[in-house]
Amino acid sequence: MTQAATTAADLPARPRTRTLRVLPAVELITLAALVAAPFALGDRPELITLLTNILILSLLAISFDLCWGFSGIMSFGQALFFGVSSYVIALVGRDLDFSQLWGTLPLAMLVGGLLAALLAAFLLLGRKTPTSIFVAFGTLTGAYAAERLVSGWQYVGAGNGLSSIKQMAFGGYEFVEGVEFYSLALGILVVVYLACRWLVRSQLGLVLAGMRQNEERLAFFGYRVQVFKALVFSLAGAVAGLSGALYSYHQGFTGPSNLGPGLSTTAVIYCLFGGSGTLIGPVLGTAAIEGMSFFLSDVEAVRQFWPVILGVVLLVVVMFQPTGLLGLVLSVRERIGSFGVRGRE
Amino acid sequence: MSLLAVRGLAKTYGPLKALDGVDLTVEAGTFHGLIGPNGSGKSTLLKAIAGAHFATSGTISFVGADITYAPPYQRSRLGLSLKFQITAVLQELSVYDNVLLALQSGESNWALLRNRSRARLDDQVMQALDSFRLGGRASDLAGELSHGEQQWLEIAMALAPKPRLLLLDEPTGGMSPEERRVTGELLAPIKATCALVIVEHDLDFIKNICDRLTVLDQGTVLGDGTVDEIERDPRVQEIYTSRV
Repeated sequence: MTQAATTAADLPARPRTRTLRVLPAVELITLAALVAAPFALGDRPELITLLTNILILSLLAISFDLCWGFSGIMSFGQALFFGVSSYVIALVGRDLDFSQLWGTLPLAMLVGGLLAALLAAFLLLGRKTPTSIFVAFGTLTGAYAAERLVSGWQYVGAGNGLSSIKQMAFGGYEFVEGVEFYSLALGILVVVYLACRWLVRSQLGLVLAGMRQNEERLAFFGYRVQVFKALVFSLAGAVAGLSGALYSYHQGFTGPSNLGPGLSTTAVIYCLFGGSGTLIGPVLGTAAIEGMSFFLSDVEAVRQFWPVILGVVLLVVVMFQPTGLLGLVLSVRERIGSFGVRGRE
Repeated sequence: MSLLAVRGLAKTYGPLKALDGVDLTVEAGTFHGLIGPNGSGKSTLLKAIAGAHFATSGTISFVGADITYAPPYQRSRLGLSLKFQITAVLQELSVYDNVLLALQSGESNWALLRNRSRARLDDQVMQALDSFRLGGRASDLAGELSHGEQQWLEIAMALAPKPRLLLLDEPTGGMSPEERRVTGELLAPIKATCALVIVEHDLDFIKNICDRLTVLDQGTVLGDGTVDEIERDPRVQEIYTSRV
């Protein structure tokens, strides 16, 4: 027998060595920092506002990570679900005088999820298996068309968008910008994050991990690959919708740019910068990019050309570190994870 | 009723006729070899049966159901399994998870989300790995296995859901003679539960494990019969002595 065959036949089960788990450590440190932030920055309301935006946009970045990082769907249209939901809750506040979060946030998720399901039925569930390029252009076109549509539609404020959005409320309590809104956004992010983490580490997540590597192989195992993609795409649409609702409540405004290719591409960059396929990477990517934008725009020496500096940094990371910042410390094995009972021992 | 019945199957790529009126019958519990020179249509026939591409004309029935235009997942659910010519194990997943993925394909999405079968399938995963001598490599990444081990892993994955018919496209490609012999030994016990259609260039290997052979040449069936009958067929001898 050859060496390879002998090795296969005779090797005893390898002793398991405990290796440092980087991902949970990064997740816990990030959570601790986000919980501590309001206490440390209580006298800097502008930073609380920045951090609240980061939390909300992290949801959008996570929605893209579910599509691309875990399922191999290149979506350039996540802002479509974000923006449409933001318009819907703005209109519900204006026309129905209703902004209770127990009603509007689920509504935003429903709108985002249903819209994504509709787009998935068209883009993913046709007779022929769609190519990545087809899906990328399809989602991009959807976002572009929606932006153009609302830009000329007077009922939704046309190019000016909708401002003075009714404050999000719970009973008689109104969430205004500040530590309360931040705490709510953090709580929602943690819940969504844990739910997504459960999904991608479950046996269903194993299907997604396999799908991302070799779709054809999975079809021959009996999996309806495109149906799995449509499910994840719809779920990601719901998460993006939730993000859009929170964003417009926080800003008090929504406009055409909230559902166009510009914001969709920004979500892609958040995710790739932090590290796709990790969930926590998009959160860190959003924080890094929004943080850099905020601080660079305030530095006198670079006030005129800070977007150029930011662009160069993003380009360098995406080109030379395709697994994102988290890829510097995370192994492939840990990023993909183990799904069987033995791998979890 | 035959397990698999292919009738008048044709597949064209523009002006090229890759298959031209091919008939093939496979009975349950038999190992059936497909042989022929390069370009004779063996892999094309196997892919048409598996659903990797659809036939231009003709019919394919499997366990009595017409699957000519059925998508791969439907064929798989009827009990058809395939091992690709080029190894298609999922390199970034562990050896264990590769087999788990194959085994859990019958579960509902809801059950998968709730991890309902994770513990229950553990024994079956390890059994499948042990039967192909990979039990000791369960926690390694599939991409870390040698080429021969990856071939075995893919056969173990294809067999794990207990299919009625396994299609193997050159399972010993790139293996040493000793690994080929071991592969033959590993495949022998499955005959009790699963039929096999195998495309292979190694004639000694295929003669040793197959009950029947079908010889293809230029997209048509040149001969069909037992190993002895095919060996005595002068037309087969001619293509293997003059063109191979």
